[in-house]
Amino acid sequence: MTNYSIAPEPLDGKVPPGPIEHKWDDHKFASTLVNPANKRRFEVIVVGTGLAGASAAATLGELGYRVKAFCFQDSPRRAHSIAAQGGINAAKNYRNDGDSIYRLFYDTVKGGDYRAREANVYRLAQVSVDIIDQCTAQGVPFAREYGGLLDNRSFGGAQVSRTFYARGQTGQQLLLGSYQALERQINLGTVEMFPRTEMLELVVKDGVAVGIVVRNLVTGAVTSHSAHAVVLATGGYSNAFYLSTNAKGCNVTAAWRAHRKGAYFANPCYTQIHPTCIPASDDFQSKLTLMSESLRNDGRIWVPKDPSDTRSPDQIPEADRDYFLERRYPAFGNLVPRDVASRAAKREVDEGRGVGPLKNGVYLDFAEAIGRLGRHVLEERYDNLFEMYERITGEDPYKVPMRIYPAVHYTMGGLWVDYDLMTNVPGLYALGEANFSDHGANRLGASALMQGLADGYFVLPATISNYLAPQLGRSPVPTSDPVFQAAEAEVSERTKRFLAIRGTKSPDHFHRELGKIVWDNCGMARSQDSLTKALGEIPALRDEFYRDVKVLGGDMDFNQSLERAGRVADFLEFSELMCLDALHREESCGGHFRVEHQTEDGEALRDDDDFAYAGAWEFTGVGGAPVLHKEPLVFENVKLAQRSYK
Amino acid sequence: MHVNLRVWRQAGPKAEGHFEDYAVDEVSPDMSFLELFDVLNEQLLADGVEPVAFDHDCREGICGSCSMMINGQAHGPERGTATCQLHMRKFEDGAHITVEPWRARSFPIVKDLAVDRGALDRIVEAGGYITVRTGSAPEANLTPIPKEVADWAMDAAACIGCGACVAACPNGAAQLFTAAKVSHLNLLPQGQSERYERVANMVDTMEEYFGSCTLHRECEAACPKEISIDFIAMMNRDYVKAQFKNRRLIAQK
Repeated sequence: MTNYSIAPEPLDGKVPPGPIEHKWDDHKFASTLVNPANKRRFEVIVVGTGLAGASAAATLGELGYRVKAFCFQDSPRRAHSIAAQGGINAAKNYRNDGDSIYRLFYDTVKGGDYRAREANVYRLAQVSVDIIDQCTAQGVPFAREYGGLLDNRSFGGAQVSRTFYARGQTGQQLLLGSYQALERQINLGTVEMFPRTEMLELVVKDGVAVGIVVRNLVTGAVTSHSAHAVVLATGGYSNAFYLSTNAKGCNVTAAWRAHRKGAYFANPCYTQIHPTCIPASDDFQSKLTLMSESLRNDGRIWVPKDPSDTRSPDQIPEADRDYFLERRYPAFGNLVPRDVASRAAKREVDEGRGVGPLKNGVYLDFAEAIGRLGRHVLEERYDNLFEMYERITGEDPYKVPMRIYPAVHYTMGGLWVDYDLMTNVPGLYALGEANFSDHGANRLGASALMQGLADGYFVLPATISNYLAPQLGRSPVPTSDPVFQAAEAEVSERTKRFLAIRGTKSPDHFHRELGKIVWDNCGMARSQDSLTKALGEIPALRDEFYRDVKVLGGDMDFNQSLERAGRVADFLEFSELMCLDALHREESCGGHFRVEHQTEDGEALRDDDDFAYAGAWEFTGVGGAPVLHKEPLVFENVKLAQRSYK
Repeated sequence: MHVNLRVWRQAGPKAEGHFEDYAVDEVSPDMSFLELFDVLNEQLLADGVEPVAFDHDCREGICGSCSMMINGQAHGPERGTATCQLHMRKFEDGAHITVEPWRARSFPIVKDLAVDRGALDRIVEAGGYITVRTGSAPEANLTPIPKEVADWAMDAAACIGCGACVAACPNGAAQLFTAAKVSHLNLLPQGQSERYERVANMVDTMEEYFGSCTLHRECEAACPKEISIDFIAMMNRDYVKAQFKNRRLIAQK
């Protein structure tokens, strides 16, 4: 599939008029409200219980809506937001170092390489301060200074210290905060929780989202749930690459099912490769582990100058080391944004200077920081990370430099949403990593947690009334409606199809093969050749999957291979769109690096004349030619400039 | 490496379970214990045997999904380590390893090694939160919290809710899990308004589902986050106080 067509009309993000500082307030004032007494007449489905989903479900329940929340894990507390380590940004300016809402907004737009929607980003920066207040009040144990006030650190490319953190477990603590708020609503009866339940179809009637079809993962029962609105907070698609830092269960199924039912998928080629992960050690590796980027605050990244240098790192004198980030980017040094740091490491490894037994990493060295600050300070800051590293590799980073290498970590692309976070399908919303809106082509460190919570606590609860209010008095479409029956039949049939193939290879085998194709051809560097190659290989692999996948057991049972088969099948369709999007975007920006488009220094070269738009794809059938809808990105506040971190 | 596994197989909650023996060759010492099960499952699938069901997700020791009794120890032999972070280099070549699901009446078996830990969520539902309406929070720096207190609360908050404490306890008690949440919130100034109601509701709910604590300390030894049983003492003290201080009861007097 290399064909596509372009829709004649531009896509409208429905950004409110007026100066950027007033848009959100003005929009809230202009919004239609639902009377407090009427809120219980509305039902809302929330799929996913990570930061965005749990905070949205809890807040909507608290407002009085009747909420059904779904997650595939055995408890809502296990969503993958829990694994975020580093921190959460907020424009509090507690450090008096020149931060402001405007600066956070500016940094995020610039960091996203000018491919995000300005108004959304500004709103994100505005509500960031409320998030910290909210979470602190919930009891999130953020790090504190000796005076008892909140501590901050500088993080991933920011020149101000605006990141709040809870040891190396910020995501865990924030998620537990929203999980607890969710459990409170479950106890109060405003939210009904469905754990171990996977959404397998979106139900659309007359162009409007009316519910979902789910499979109970324990009993295998396929059932329908209807509501006035459906909210997807189902995370990103990093696992298309098989090896990523995502949890094993993370998948694109909910978003992809919605896409197949009409929701546009925007910028799927914007994937973020995180520079500091532990390199793979063997073929059995099932996932990669991230080492928080905060480590770059105190660690220095280097490789031996001589590719044939086999000395142990402590035996290599300073003169024989190349601190390549500090050398190439003197102003930002080891703190350049993720995409820049990742590509620089790739260059070193590609040129043969990689370290470790497989020569697939670079050193992240703490010796200088230990000398300067003392071991106790590093223990305070990173002890759990150092421990985790030692557990995985068997090496002690207090004594030997860590070995790190980039890995897929986050995906900026996602379902296209307007300013209200509603997709082009009325009644269907997408929050957090599942949408595309705030990070452009590259996400800054400590911004994912901020966006998930902004969407769930503050944005959706304020915007959803615009859609719900006019429906007062209308009941949701009953699940006995033929449209639900048809969707249920489709799901059951698909599930049975996987079982009927009786081939010879496991779903994991196909997933691994797919991962190799997309990592090699649509990874840190992409070219017309590599993408065309991938677009030939993916459909062939998909055909083989449907011929030769082997799933044992039954459908009315707890069957983990069956779950996996369904998710891999959707990745096999989705990856094709990701590669097509990467092929069509003839420029380099943020996480999307096309080798044909780079500066003399090897930096990403944008093409603002032709590509300053969000590319939202409309589904026309598997292997069919999708339709590209362009949402022009208008920059009224931030001046377009070539990013430079020198 | 080569290992001999004895694995608990059980088709469903009501089915009768039994052990099966499996040999796995070509085990790499760098493999995690769950990756060993990935390899085993690929092997079983190839042989036409249904793979072993087990819970797992993040595989970096934080989501709390993984839950294996390894040679009778919750999460296996390494201190402070969840099953997903346990590596095969901790075992000897040719080792015999028995793997069972969490053993506790309050965690019914879903299938094979996967269990239902929903009872832990019920305890949190009963009061494991601080009531804050979204948007009503005061400025975050309004209340300074001494660093020691915040750090202590964080030590308790580190609990990943895996249930190893329950599985390790001869009584199947959930005191350590409950105490970690109670202490995290009760230590903080923000948690004071609901302090006594919280501890009373959470402990009472815990008692409905779980066995009683007789201070064996097995939970502390099994906890992958090494949470201290000091928190149980703290919870017990607050629970006793709650019987006198419960504000609702005082108001009735």
